[in-house]
Amino acid sequence: MPIDPVLASYSDLAYGTALVLYLVALVLHAVEYAAGRVPVAAAAPSTGSQGSVATLAPPEGASRRGVTERIGRSAVALTVLAVLVHASSLVLRGAAVGKVPWSNMYEFTSAICLVAVGCWLVVLYRQRSAAARLQRLGGFVLLPVVVLMFLGGTVLYAQAAPLIPALNSYWIAIHVVAAITATGILLVSGVASVLYLLSTRGGSQFAARLPASAILDRLAYRTAVMAMPVWTFAIITGAIWAEAAWGRYWGWDPKETCALVAWVVYAGYLHARATAGWRGSRSAWINVLGFGVMLFNLFFVNIVVAGLHSYAGV
Amino acid sequence: MVRIQPAIALARNAWRGLTSMRTALVLLFLLALAALPGALLPQYSLNAQRVQTYRNQHPILGPVLDRLGFFDVFASPWFAAIYLLLFVSLVGCVVPRSIDYARQLRRPPVATPRNLGRLPHYASATCTAPPEEIRTAARRRLRGWRIAEREEPGGARSLSAERGYLREAGNLVFHIALLGLLVSFTLGKLVGYEGQVIVLANGSQFCNSGPLAYDSFTPGRMVDGTRLEPFCVRVDSYSSTYTPTGQPEQFRAAIAYQGREDLSTGTWHPYQLAVNEPLRLGGTRVYLLGHGYAPRFTVTFPDGQQRSAVVQWAPVDQATFLSEGATKFDPPGVTDDAQRRTRQLAITGLLAPTAVFQGSLLSSGFPGLLDPAVAIDVLKGDLGNNSGRGQSIFSVDRSMVDSGRLKQVARSNLRPGGELTLPDGTVVRFDGVTRFVSLQVSYDPVQLWVLGFAVLVLGGLGLSLAVKRRRFWVRISPAGLDGTVVELGGLARTEAAGYGEEFDRIADDLLSPWQQRPVPTGVPDQGGVSDADRSGPGVLQ
Ligand code: HEM
Repeated sequence: MPIDPVLASYSDLAYGTALVLYLVALVLHAVEYAAGRVPVAAAAPSTGSQGSVATLAPPEGASRRGVTERIGRSAVALTVLAVLVHASSLVLRGAAVGKVPWSNMYEFTSAICLVAVGCWLVVLYRQRSAAARLQRLGGFVLLPVVVLMFLGGTVLYAQAAPLIPALNSYWIAIHVVAAITATGILLVSGVASVLYLLSTRGGSQFAARLPASAILDRLAYRTAVMAMPVWTFAIITGAIWAEAAWGRYWGWDPKETCALVAWVVYAGYLHARATAGWRGSRSAWINVLGFGVMLFNLFFVNIVVAGLHSYAGV
Repeated sequence: MVRIQPAIALARNAWRGLTSMRTALVLLFLLALAALPGALLPQYSLNAQRVQTYRNQHPILGPVLDRLGFFDVFASPWFAAIYLLLFVSLVGCVVPRSIDYARQLRRPPVATPRNLGRLPHYASATCTAPPEEIRTAARRRLRGWRIAEREEPGGARSLSAERGYLREAGNLVFHIALLGLLVSFTLGKLVGYEGQVIVLANGSQFCNSGPLAYDSFTPGRMVDGTRLEPFCVRVDSYSSTYTPTGQPEQFRAAIAYQGREDLSTGTWHPYQLAVNEPLRLGGTRVYLLGHGYAPRFTVTFPDGQQRSAVVQWAPVDQATFLSEGATKFDPPGVTDDAQRRTRQLAITGLLAPTAVFQGSLLSSGFPGLLDPAVAIDVLKGDLGNNSGRGQSIFSVDRSMVDSGRLKQVARSNLRPGGELTLPDGTVVRFDGVTRFVSLQVSYDPVQLWVLGFAVLVLGGLGLSLAVKRRRFWVRISPAGLDGTVVELGGLARTEAAGYGEEFDRIADDLLSPWQQRPVPTGVPDQGGVSDADRSGPGVLQ
């Protein structure tokens, strides 16, 4: 199957555009976060000066909230746009090569980010009633996404190329999509747990602007609960595929082992939530650790530890 | 007697400790931690050569890690200890919970609490309809819930309803299936085997007659190598296609096979063996794992006798398939062993499927077989295959070279058909290249069990995470002329949030048709509202 260089370059263009859009949305969210809903003490400094009071003084509470709300909403709108562009980048790459667009680390990372942002938008939509409070957190989800996509577009970037024989199976559509979906959702979950940990620290201005820790905790739990069966499914289908491709369903290949370790850590997270004395911070730490293992598996194992999965192509 | 009791107490405490959630949690983490070196350190089971390299690079740490089993983590006693403890803990956890669950299924839902207003979800209203009508409507609305109806002192009636029993069922299925998975995984390792063999793709055959037919064979502990599934495979040809940049697109071997019944009749069935498309014969599977090139050399000895050999050379560069190896010859007709050991020949060097020369230095520019060439050294003397040391088929015994008993007598680059004459008049001809495939045969009779349990694990997990166990209570109290007071209470018994929405919906359905004065209160489950304390609308003013 020949590669269509025009489509491939459009795909790259869309990728770059999506990255820039995410970045702008991230900045807007940051402004929204910094400016919005400041507790009384925090609003004080800018009111002190004399001459420029007319322009610098914060407008009356309600209208100021209106402005930050609007900034936040435009950030969300930009994110929606970015997701569409991002998705088209993957679709174009698939079309350029005539194969699934998630067969090397660049494409895989890109797809994970797409799922993560998509998952975040779904969360916002489903929590419409509390959306204003959650919306402000958009930047915290976009931050790892932007970093990952930047790394993906530079260090991990791979030219559009056809599939190697080992990947040429319909299982790539099943196993890899499941892995991508689970990882993307778990990214959101991990971010929620990090924010939870920050919010329980309290004290700082930063923490004071976070939503109540119970909300963050619940967000982390709900997303993890959605991702866990998907991750289980990804491991099982991976084993089924390995049986056909490598001659055994489980062989303690580094990637397999690490996936299992991550699974066990997430099982630990779910258990911790049901164990007295482990709720709260401890389980949040476990969730963060779980995502750490996922990232480790994605980057370190692919790049540094050679295994059967190392065709992932950097 | 006196001494037994403390022993029993100790055992009981140990058992309780072992089967507590907290221990399970710790064991889970230990398992994750213990598995990590298996992913990070080289493992004998994956690549023994890398272990050796690692040991050489870490002369002090390496042997210590080796003694402690870090290069064979998944067969090490400490790893086994952790998962056996987890196994026991799991059994100890699942058995009492299953019994408890069976009891719960037979018990009616718990009685209605006296003060429903204290529950997380609560609503009440005074209705005009008679109690009986409300009771019927409530039962209708709560269809699908398990309901117990009770008469209360003071003339009130109450309904206790509970739903979501499948959660616990799913959870138990999940944990029990996990046990099944572990058992069948281990069983498969005991009764299965794996073997690798290299077969030339020129009509050569492999028959599964016993461990000796393989180049390497890894039997399970209960496999003695007799009674392997009888079959033969003949590799007729092999083809691989590449993109112009050398990225592989397809590997495919045209083979023919004979199953158990065909061996007597001599029937061959054709099959296309490819990556991701193994040949399945009964419970035995044949895989195409890799491929490579085998140069064919013909040696014409000074007395006119000819010998030919095709021996696989090992690909040393997976991108270009530059290969290296050693093809060895015994002088024909020499019966005296001492004589023979001065005149053995070895042809060693490099084979490039697509030759690229830099000066006289050979490398390969492409993995496909477009323009092969070899760069060879011919060595003569004692190959050392009587020395008792293991011989590699891919190289000569360096110590023989170092001790001067094996000497280089010629060096040349050859294309197919090219010849080279040794000082003693022997002629070495490079005839061409034959492809070989490396096959793996795997046998695991219980792998479908593993799959079955894995599916149960997934199903159980899905159920236990998706289903909410929740309770709903209705109290209907006649209030004389005012009508009927209806109180509703709700409690979610598990983590899964979101019961609040469902409760409000049911409460609305129940109360609104008759409602006079609604008093819906209670803490909404959405949580979104509960942070009002932190950033309520008035904060900025
Ligand atoms: C191989 C070891 C184990 C693994 C991988 C594992 C995994 C899991 C997972 C993924 C869940 C989530 C389902 C849910 O939250 O409902 C779960 C729940 C649960 N597990 Fe385990 N488990 C293991 C061992 C144990 C053991 C030994 C016990 C008992 C001491 C136990 C008790 C429980 C309980 C009580 C729940 C329900 C928690 C809840 O309702 O949220 N597990 N387990």
